[in-house]
Amino acid sequence: MMQRLAFAVSDGAAIARRNVIKIRRVPEILVSVLISPILIVLLFSYVFGSAIDIPGSSYREFLISGVFAMTLTFGATFTGAGLADDMQKGIIDRFRSLPMSRSAVVFGRTASDVIYNVLSLVIMAATGFLMGWRFHNGPAEAILGFALLLLFGYALSWIMAYIGLIVPSVEVINNASMMVIFPMTFVANTFVPSDNLVTPLRIFAEWNPVSAVTQAARELFGNIPAGTPDPTVWSLANPVLYTLLWVVIIIAVFAPLAVRRYARANRKA
Amino acid sequence: MKRRTMSATAADGQIIEARGLAKRYGEVQALAGLDLTVPQGTVLALLGPNGAGKTTAVSVLTTLLVPDAGTATIAGADVIDAPEDVRRRIGLSGQYAAVDETLTGFENLDMIGRLYHLGRSRSAVRARELLERFSLTEAADRPVNTYSGGMRRRLDLAGALVAEPPVLFLDEPTTGLDPRSRNELWDVIRDLVGRGTTLLLTTQYMEEADQLADDIVVIDHGREIAHGTADQLKAMIGGDRIELVLHPDSDVNVAQRIMARFSVGSVYAEGGNMTVPITGGADTFTAALRALDGAGIRLTDVSLRRPTLDDVFLTLTGHGVDRGTSDRAGAELEDVAA
Repeated sequence: MMQRLAFAVSDGAAIARRNVIKIRRVPEILVSVLISPILIVLLFSYVFGSAIDIPGSSYREFLISGVFAMTLTFGATFTGAGLADDMQKGIIDRFRSLPMSRSAVVFGRTASDVIYNVLSLVIMAATGFLMGWRFHNGPAEAILGFALLLLFGYALSWIMAYIGLIVPSVEVINNASMMVIFPMTFVANTFVPSDNLVTPLRIFAEWNPVSAVTQAARELFGNIPAGTPDPTVWSLANPVLYTLLWVVIIIAVFAPLAVRRYARANRKA
Repeated sequence: MKRRTMSATAADGQIIEARGLAKRYGEVQALAGLDLTVPQGTVLALLGPNGAGKTTAVSVLTTLLVPDAGTATIAGADVIDAPEDVRRRIGLSGQYAAVDETLTGFENLDMIGRLYHLGRSRSAVRARELLERFSLTEAADRPVNTYSGGMRRRLDLAGALVAEPPVLFLDEPTTGLDPRSRNELWDVIRDLVGRGTTLLLTTQYMEEADQLADDIVVIDHGREIAHGTADQLKAMIGGDRIELVLHPDSDVNVAQRIMARFSVGSVYAEGGNMTVPITGGADTFTAALRALDGAGIRLTDVSLRRPTLDDVFLTLTGHGVDRGTSDRAGAELEDVAA
């Protein structure tokens, strides 16, 4: 049993190592991972920022947590696309013919994809900093904020890992995930306060986990505009707890699903 | 060391043993009751066109796929009940060259070694050994996307050998390779078999089966349609083929009667085109041409060629390879025979 666990960890590490080498060696992916967050920060700040007025705060400070949450949500598609690509190329078949742990490929993949998220967070934070974004509650809370964002991104990558094994086509993954991720990231408090939305959208936005992680990050960074009334809805009044709840549920559901799917996955099936 | 345990587990000497394998994908019956046995240290070729069920059979035997019906054991380990034990005993190299494009040759093999739990230093040593053996030392530290098709196949094959498995599965190891790379790969495979590896390979090429296999199972629509040694199959389907195209003025019936004297099977005629199975190679060919000439039959075109998978199917089933699924096979076979 202990040996099984040790093998699972070392197998996962071997897979993660491979993925890290790939990140280093395909700079095009890295560039797109890093450039698009910069563009989003700049575009949203200067285009929306000139039109949207958030009382008591600069829109840029309000916006940045929303951009973090959105970028990490989109980032999860890398996990799905990576696994779909391995399926298409027959590499999953090779792994499955080896006497290695059944969980290593998906665990190694989701773990190494955290690197993308760390890099894009660093880049976005730096861009934001240049434009005047600051965190006001001290470094400890700021680190918690980043950690929560990364944890949220990690959980989402498990959903995409499962989808990547079901739909073994990179193109389908990318197109299909846009259809879900756009509403998830926009019908939320990411770019505008959700209070003024029409009722059905407002309820969706209030319970949307993307809103919760955004709210949590704003609170931890101290970017909630002064004078904003405390949210009455439980999900936004307890955003850290609500986000963690989502993280636990997503991983508890999708990690076993993805591992089981991997064990049965076959290019022809 | 592993090899000794293998012979102990497979008491009756059959390393690969499959009974009644069946698998259906929606409307397609990919396997329809296939039986296979491969004695230790021998080579079995599964010969058939695209879509015949070759890859599905390999997938079942290598634990990638659970069959709808049937049983199979590899060196005594059941593919359904003890897949983990099977995986420890096999190496698989597929037709899609499943190596990572962005990794170097060394990194690919090193990773596979670690996943076989050889340990860090042993994996690295083994990777270098295999790269050397497969003439990839110079390219070892270049990403695989700079490799030629033949180099990729060699690397893929090397990947299957990392843990020195006693049983090897090669799914169409040379499909799409140029003749020179194909010959190189054949040499490598012969060398492996010479060291006692038990091998099951799938192929679309009659000649490949002839070159490498002790035993050949011809399959179509997921079932066996013929089984024997290369010599037995050749005796069954005849040796070489004369291809004739008659001049429009020539009498088809006369030509067909003459060719029937030289043929070792039926003469297939379609208009002025004729395919004649013969034995005796160039001597028979020359004699046949003299006889045609003597009877005043004029020809537009004539050639002598080796039998192809098409000929095997024509003889065994009365119809050629289903063009809908394998026109690529036909095209490639011709240049092998040439």
